[in-house]
Amino acid sequence: MSLVVENLTIDHGAIRAIDNVSFTVPSGQLAAVIGANGAGKTTLLRTLSGLKESKSGSATWNGNSILGKRAEDLARTGIMHVSDGKSVIAELSVKENLALAGLWRKDKKDVAKATDEVVEMFPILGQRMSQTAGSLSGGERQMLAIGRALIARPKLLLLDEPSLGLAPLIIEQIFQTIKTLVNKTDLTVLLVEQNAMGALKIADEGIVLNLGTVVAVDSAQSLLNDPAVRAAYLGF
Amino acid sequence: MNQFITAVLTSLSSGAIYALMSIALVLVWRSTRVINFAQAGQAILTTYIGYEAVTRSGSYWVGLICAVISGALLGAGIDRFFMRPIFKRVNTGPIVMIAPVVATLALLGIIQAVIGFIWGLSYQIIEAPVSTEGLNIFGSIIAFSPFNLMVLIAVTLSMILLTILFQKTNIGLALRASAYAPEIAKLSGIRVDAVRTLGWALAGAAGGLAGMLYIPGSNLYPNAMDVLLVFGFIAAVIGGLDSLFGAVAGAMILGFAVNFSASYISYKLVFPTAFLILILVLLIKPRGIFSSSKGRKD
Amino acid sequence: MLKASATKKRLFGFIILGWILLLVSDRIGELRQYQGAFVAMYTLAIASIILLTGYSGQLSLGHSALMAVGAYAGALSINNFKLHPAIALVMAVLIAGIFGLLLGYAAARLSGPYLAGTTLALAVSLPTIANQFPVLGGEQGLVFDIGTPPARLGEDFSQYQWFFWISCLSALIMIWFLVNLLGSRYGREFRALRDNPTAAQLAGLNVGRQKAMAFSLSAGIAGLSGGLLVMLISGVSPSAFPLSLSFLLLAGAVVTGVYSLKGVIIGALVLVAIPEIAESVVSRIGGSEGFTTSLPGFMVSSLLILAVLFAPNGPGHLLHKKKHLKL
Repeated sequence: MSLVVENLTIDHGAIRAIDNVSFTVPSGQLAAVIGANGAGKTTLLRTLSGLKESKSGSATWNGNSILGKRAEDLARTGIMHVSDGKSVIAELSVKENLALAGLWRKDKKDVAKATDEVVEMFPILGQRMSQTAGSLSGGERQMLAIGRALIARPKLLLLDEPSLGLAPLIIEQIFQTIKTLVNKTDLTVLLVEQNAMGALKIADEGIVLNLGTVVAVDSAQSLLNDPAVRAAYLGF
Repeated sequence: MNQFITAVLTSLSSGAIYALMSIALVLVWRSTRVINFAQAGQAILTTYIGYEAVTRSGSYWVGLICAVISGALLGAGIDRFFMRPIFKRVNTGPIVMIAPVVATLALLGIIQAVIGFIWGLSYQIIEAPVSTEGLNIFGSIIAFSPFNLMVLIAVTLSMILLTILFQKTNIGLALRASAYAPEIAKLSGIRVDAVRTLGWALAGAAGGLAGMLYIPGSNLYPNAMDVLLVFGFIAAVIGGLDSLFGAVAGAMILGFAVNFSASYISYKLVFPTAFLILILVLLIKPRGIFSSSKGRKD
Repeated sequence: MLKASATKKRLFGFIILGWILLLVSDRIGELRQYQGAFVAMYTLAIASIILLTGYSGQLSLGHSALMAVGAYAGALSINNFKLHPAIALVMAVLIAGIFGLLLGYAAARLSGPYLAGTTLALAVSLPTIANQFPVLGGEQGLVFDIGTPPARLGEDFSQYQWFFWISCLSALIMIWFLVNLLGSRYGREFRALRDNPTAAQLAGLNVGRQKAMAFSLSAGIAGLSGGLLVMLISGVSPSAFPLSLSFLLLAGAVVTGVYSLKGVIIGALVLVAIPEIAESVVSRIGGSEGFTTSLPGFMVSSLLILAVLFAPNGPGHLLHKKKHLKL
């Protein structure tokens, strides 16, 4: 059950956003994709989750191709994408947002169980159940978005810059939660981040993207120690 | 005093029918971001189907059920087999902006022409199931009949049913989510396309109901519901295109404005009055009276 | 300079076209003269839509109302103010243009469906005002008599040929003016409005004013075509300007290609041809009254859908695409 991407090329209008990218994320691991703005990280995730079409190449999960499929169908097979920024529906309540991921699931008992687990993980959500998602703070919204994805009991979680716009303490909290999840379950996570340091610290593997191409793939620890990576992305 | 009461009552019953049309328009707008000008065509066509059912079965209620069901089927069919291909095909060039509008207008034209082919242009009648004579209250006749009352009850019931559907059921949640944020809905595993078709089906059913409630007071002919299209649209805009509550409230406001101006000023000024209200609302609160301040960008 | 000679060439071209039409009008029968006048009138009306929707990106379903304003202005000028018919046509343009300016300022704040629906409401409500004010003649309407052709054109010069001349001349002048305008800085500004209003605003364009100007211009042209229409039917009444007229014009514009004035005559020809084609279809295969009356509407609507599906940016582009594919 791994995510295998081979020679993937994606165009965004006239721009080649992702050019011949290949990497593998073994099952149960956390891979961090880091790179500057415009490196194509979001485009990559959107293609893997079915929101965008690719030009050429392949991407398989568990041996099955995930390209060219509808986003809602991929979501139903256990691939959940938490997109950046606007991943909660502001007009709906917290409770309703959480319910979205379980709407199509037949096992309603498990949905209820998963919801309880998510509330345990993020107690603040439990306190705000009937409030509209728009009234939550940035950190709470992120927790809501991740919580919603988890209720679908995903096997592969695609996270797009969860730390964006959040206070350091909250970022720490969220990263730790993700790390714990990966350690305790067989969840595989592809974490796209601009916060390279934080991401690499919790990741098993790191993929460095620059202008749509892979410039380095290595264990997270090696990347943290690599002077070129440190200079370019870690600030020292 | 009698005039006032009459005006109030007729305002209520016209407002109720406008409400059905504006709900239909808002339903489609929220799910597809398109003003379905063909709504009036769909509604009148399903009313003709209802008319056939009434004529053959002798019962208004059979006709009503047929109209509502065929309205739902027609609405779903139009979304699935007409709108979706158009959206798929037309996705480049400046035509994208006006293509849906033009498409629904053209569809309206085709539907009305087909009705002319099949049924001709002469006026038909659908008999109301209850009396359309004014009620006798305390000795004086007011311009409000049992049928008007039935219309009010029917529309209120529909309102309640729709509200329950949207707020309390899973399907309703899926409908709302798909309308507010189709991408997030997709990523949550919701089949947004199917949900959207359902929205069109509901709108079509509302239109069919509107027709069967409107026509028994007047005549059935291909252009009979054109007026309702304009009023339904104005009501939807006044209320704010994004909310069902707004659609109903806007319809009531319009109903009152139009009927009172017809009663107290002149019945010839019905359209200009409606237009004036529209312009006023658009100038003062372009997103509609009841739209929330964190309204969605158009 | 290149530009000056292009403008001169254009003027030359229009003058030549004018002469050709003049010569042609002698040879065709009265029916064709009458139809030709309608073609010229529709050409103007469609051009007004192309200007507003194609060039400045504002969709209007209310052009039937704008035509009505011009028509009534023209009629009142002749009947009540005893003005010369040519002046009456000018008044039609001016009054409609002023009305369009006011409308345009209000409309400038509206977008997409709001504008479409508002103009729809206008198209439906404006003609009914005629019922309210007796000076506008109510349901029967007013007479519009452009007058008989001057004697020096000879005895054989029919009224229909006179109509043809007036329509074509008006159309030629207006369209020439419009083409020049669109080729100038104003045309570029309009297109900027359509394609990217935010960027246009940032670049210093007063978006609201530009939109209102486009509306006013479009209204003026529509007003002229309205004046011509009632000249051709010798009278103006509310029933001459139903909502379906707005729709007809929009269809003509889309079929021609709403984004360019090239080939605008084709749209007008289509609009005039369809009732004729419908008639011959009916005479061949027969049909009920319902069929006969509804057939033209059916044809126009179907044509419109086909145009949207297969040639959304105009048939010219379609040919263009095909050429590229061949290479």
